[in-house]
Amino acid sequence: MDCLRMVHAGGSSHIGSALSCVDILAVLYGDVMNYRSNHPGWEGRDRFVLSKGHAGVAVYAVLAEVGFFPKKELLSHYKDGSIFSGHVSHKGIPGVELSTGSLGHGLPVAVGMALAAKLDQRENRVFVLIGDGELMEGSNWEAALLSAHQKLDNLVLVIDRNNLQSIDTTEATVALESIERKFRAFNWDVVEVDGHCHESLARIFNASNNEAPLLVIANTIKGKGVSFMENNVAWHYKCPDDDLLKQALAELGCR
Amino acid sequence: MRDALVSALIERAEQDPNIILLTGDLGFGVFEEYAERHPKQFFNVGIGEQNMVGVAAGLALSGKKIVVYSIGNFPTLRCLEQIRNDVCYHDLDVILVCQGGGFNYGGLGMSHHATEDLSIMRAMPGIKVVAPSSRSSAKDAINDLLSEGGPGYLRLEKTNADKWLENHYCLGKANVLVDGDDVAIFAVGGIVSEAVEARKILFEKHGVSCRVIDVFTLKPFDANQVLQAAKEVKGIITIEENNLLGGLYGAVAEILCANNSCVPVVGIGMKDAYTSIVGSQDYLRSYYGIDKVSICNAALGLLAKV
Repeated sequence: MDCLRMVHAGGSSHIGSALSCVDILAVLYGDVMNYRSNHPGWEGRDRFVLSKGHAGVAVYAVLAEVGFFPKKELLSHYKDGSIFSGHVSHKGIPGVELSTGSLGHGLPVAVGMALAAKLDQRENRVFVLIGDGELMEGSNWEAALLSAHQKLDNLVLVIDRNNLQSIDTTEATVALESIERKFRAFNWDVVEVDGHCHESLARIFNASNNEAPLLVIANTIKGKGVSFMENNVAWHYKCPDDDLLKQALAELGCR
Repeated sequence: MRDALVSALIERAEQDPNIILLTGDLGFGVFEEYAERHPKQFFNVGIGEQNMVGVAAGLALSGKKIVVYSIGNFPTLRCLEQIRNDVCYHDLDVILVCQGGGFNYGGLGMSHHATEDLSIMRAMPGIKVVAPSSRSSAKDAINDLLSEGGPGYLRLEKTNADKWLENHYCLGKANVLVDGDDVAIFAVGGIVSEAVEARKILFEKHGVSCRVIDVFTLKPFDANQVLQAAKEVKGIITIEENNLLGGLYGAVAEILCANNSCVPVVGIGMKDAYTSIVGSQDYLRSYYGIDKVSICNAALGLLAKV
């Protein structure tokens, strides 16, 4: 709901992308990750990297929800002079581990974080969320090779598999399937899950990896929860007006 | 210079367990001793420069100090956005080392000629850009970059020059190798040797007195050396194995322009062009007019107009 309010207030886009993955973030920050919102730099924290930076409102909303900063700051999003940019930025925003926006950056950085944890013999885990279309960026595959080679069993890659990218479906654009077989061939463990089922997500995230990096293919719906946004690629760009915001919030159970 | 890098790194990694060297599968026969002495501080991350710099950023975000090694354009142009977004925007302790600046890999062709790296890296906010001219200054460069922290770009070359001066080179400070009052020659990187030779020819054959300045740090740039030269000599020459756009010539011109200086300047470098032939470094320097002959002609031309 905060995502919707931010996008509406700022006149920004990508609400469909945020609603697609916000359940995953809610589970990670609500039920899975160790962190201290009053001490964002705590060394022992689990890390979360949003690689599909265009869903930045989802990160901002979740971080505010769990107390990294006051919720009222969210509504400056996208406005003149705001630090709450459309694509997620760490500058001045406690809890954001990495600024992203250009696709294909998150996984390599997460691999570095996971490798550092191994070197320092820290127990923390690193979660990184990428869009399905983002898999077309070659840097992901470079990182996928290295993380399996280094047996990074503290690394969890979540793919927000909503099947839609910027213009069309992933399969009509550049077919990705079978994602599972591709990653298994790269020596990753792979599980598939309903990306909106909190219970299933929590169960998978809370289980330890085997001796390999883990890919979680989260089957999601772009624009989840708002009937007129669901599976409609136009909401990669569109911004709800006053009436549509009201309707969307009502559908999400907010009066 | 590469041996100077390795010996400095062996020493520094001994003192600081957070120093980690990443290579993109380059440096055959170079890093064995380092890897043997610091096995947990060395990773060959394979052929994938975008991933390598991203991994460097992730390690640095976790408190490590990273040296990324590759050759030619691979540690810069191949992963430029990772340098910009992941390393520089996050102000991380990552030093990108390029072995083989300019025409160093002369025979290998255009792909391996690094002739825009200085301009492009200089345009990146928040990074230090250093091109040493000798083995000794290369060692100073890596030591200073590690000590100061933050993003750095270090352009190394094969060189016969052991050292030009006894003193320690410091980041941000250009060094006058020889003083003179007719023409000031600003040179960056291994090409400093051509400036030194040109000075000798100009003095012995033409009685021209040249000041030779080893720029060392292209960013942050030692503006004072330029302003001082502008007051004290009749003309300035810059020389770089790099495109004339945005590199040393650009830096010098920007300073002079901002300070309303009227001293004439001649830039020697690649004239907004790619190489299309191969040859030894000396051959290519001569072919593209980035050598002592060009410096002598430029100096005599400048003085003829005064």
